[in-house]
Amino acid sequence: METFYDVMRRQGITRRSFLKYCSLTAAALGLGPSFAPKIAHAMETKERIPVLWLHGLECTCCSESFIRSAHPLAKDVVLSMLSLDYDDTIMAAAGHEAEAIIEEIVTKYKGKYLLAVEGNPPLNEDGMYCIIGGKPFTDQLTYASQHAKAIISWGSCASWGCVQAARPNPTRATPVHKVPGIGNKPIIKVPGCPPIAEVMTAVVTYILTFERFPELDRQGRPKMFYSQRIHDKCYRRPHFDAGQFVEKWDDEGAKKGYCLYKMGCKGPTTYNACSTVRWNGGLSFPIQAGHGCIGCSEDGFWDKGGFYDRLTDIHQFGIEANADEIGVGAATVVGAAAAAHAAVSAVKQARTKGDND
Amino acid sequence: MADQMADQAASQQTAVYVYEAPVRIWHWVNAFAIIALCVTGYFIGSPLSSVSGEASDHYVMGYMRFVHFAAAYIFIIGFVFRAYWAIVGNSHSREIYLPRIFSKDFWDELWHEIKWYSFLVDEPKKYTGHNPLAILAMHLMFVWGSIFMIISGLALYGEGAGMGSWQYQFFSSWLIPLMGQSQDVHTYHHLVMWLLIIFAIIHIYVAVREDIMSRQSIISSMISGWRLFKDNRPSND
Ligand code: HEM
Ligand code: SF4
Ligand code: SF4
Repeated sequence: METFYDVMRRQGITRRSFLKYCSLTAAALGLGPSFAPKIAHAMETKERIPVLWLHGLECTCCSESFIRSAHPLAKDVVLSMLSLDYDDTIMAAAGHEAEAIIEEIVTKYKGKYLLAVEGNPPLNEDGMYCIIGGKPFTDQLTYASQHAKAIISWGSCASWGCVQAARPNPTRATPVHKVPGIGNKPIIKVPGCPPIAEVMTAVVTYILTFERFPELDRQGRPKMFYSQRIHDKCYRRPHFDAGQFVEKWDDEGAKKGYCLYKMGCKGPTTYNACSTVRWNGGLSFPIQAGHGCIGCSEDGFWDKGGFYDRLTDIHQFGIEANADEIGVGAATVVGAAAAAHAAVSAVKQARTKGDND
Repeated sequence: MADQMADQAASQQTAVYVYEAPVRIWHWVNAFAIIALCVTGYFIGSPLSSVSGEASDHYVMGYMRFVHFAAAYIFIIGFVFRAYWAIVGNSHSREIYLPRIFSKDFWDELWHEIKWYSFLVDEPKKYTGHNPLAILAMHLMFVWGSIFMIISGLALYGEGAGMGSWQYQFFSSWLIPLMGQSQDVHTYHHLVMWLLIIFAIIHIYVAVREDIMSRQSIISSMISGWRLFKDNRPSND
């Protein structure tokens, strides 16, 4: 039996680095220092579970994010933990040999391996919009998922659909949990476009070491990273509460770092860890760079109106207007109707009075 | 049947006690809560111009939201209390919650009321409670509108209060995925505000008009509780 620890040693990671990594991960997961030895123990004794990483319709931003995990150590360790024997982007094999790897993992680790999905399958035209190794990606996905232990939906594509599923979604790109034939597998969603590297590595580590999912919310996202909105932990929040907003790009408020609410910041409606974990090794995140959050980890964020509008357009009923435009329009019509009705009523009243006199 | 007898009795007398004190108090508290909610809600969606100076010297959005939430809880408690009163109060207190849609009279009277508003008949009928058109408007726009505002409002509140809060557990956790995402809940919470504003425009216009043109008192009834009739002729004469 090969353990995670064995694999890491084989990859040239020292014991010292390994222990460092365990404490780091415990901290990232918010588990407290006492969990570091537990993680270490699990990794030393547990058999390595391979992770099969499939790519459907996607832009590879999740992989790109993942391999840029802040701590080089975390990256090395996690990469060696994953059986990235099959990963379109970084695997060595090609062609038939590559496809054979899937077959091998599925048969050898039936019911044991984790399936990580980046992107999603288009269901229209029997899946012809995404062909991998001569077959529709849908087939590859359903085949691999049926024998998997659990599924990780990487990014907004696999979790919600993302840009390829935006209206009118001509290929019927469908998020993983809605694909028929996936089987009744546990699915964890790690949305974001892309998800934050540290969030990705922490989620994988948690699942591999504890052999279960971290606590999920009702929509299947790990609570430790997705239980709060950007707005709840945003460092510009005091300006929001004070009523200090950027009104125009490059105005005085923009220079002073006021709240970006009026510029359409979607922080108040977006569940993600950007305002705490931040990006690029905790260096910064969009709001810190002066741009509002576009809500990239939210379901259907491409279809929720402008990235720069606070009140976004509704297009459900064949209209393209925001709630205030619709409301003011309707209220004006009703008000005018009431006024006209009042005028006619007054005439009638005057007439009846006249008749009675 | 009982209603009919009451109506007949009503047509002979000139004053009936319709709105019990709790209903009247609720009506006005509720009206002011809604005004506060609409004003603060509007400015939550489109905040006032920025204030300058140190952030720690101001709390404009904070107060705006605080007033919204305070009025929201008054509105919610009032609504729940009013629903309870619909059960224990007099028969008029139920009208807007359970419109008598299974009674033929209701639809006949509704038709008559529509004709009255289209200037097709000279005189409205007399009603001790609300007329059927008013009942339908109150039921569909006000009662359901309020229920939507309470549920969506608590769902938005739960987002700020956090996943451990009861608001999140009971409202946000299912409403947000049901509507798509948080931004949709904001949008529809905002849109239904306009439904309530339109209801208020109609409600106030009609109340004033009926007060002048119908055969019974309207506005003063919501203050005194008594419905006064302006003539002694039977209801549908
Ligand atoms: C007559 C009833 C109500 C009206 C007219 C109203 C109106 C509004 C409006 C227009 C907004 C701004 C929405 C946006 O554009 O983002 C808003 C936000 C909000 N409302 Fe209401 N509301 C009502 C009742 C309630 C109730 C009962 C609650 C329950 C606590 C509530 C809680 C909230 C919350 C939490 C927000 C979001 C505040 C924020 O984003 O900081 N509302 N409301
Ligand atoms: S910048 Fe965005 S996330 Fe930050 S406080 Fe303002 S609205 Fe909220
Ligand atoms: S700040 Fe918003 S848009 Fe930017 S990465 Fe985070 S969730 Fe996505």
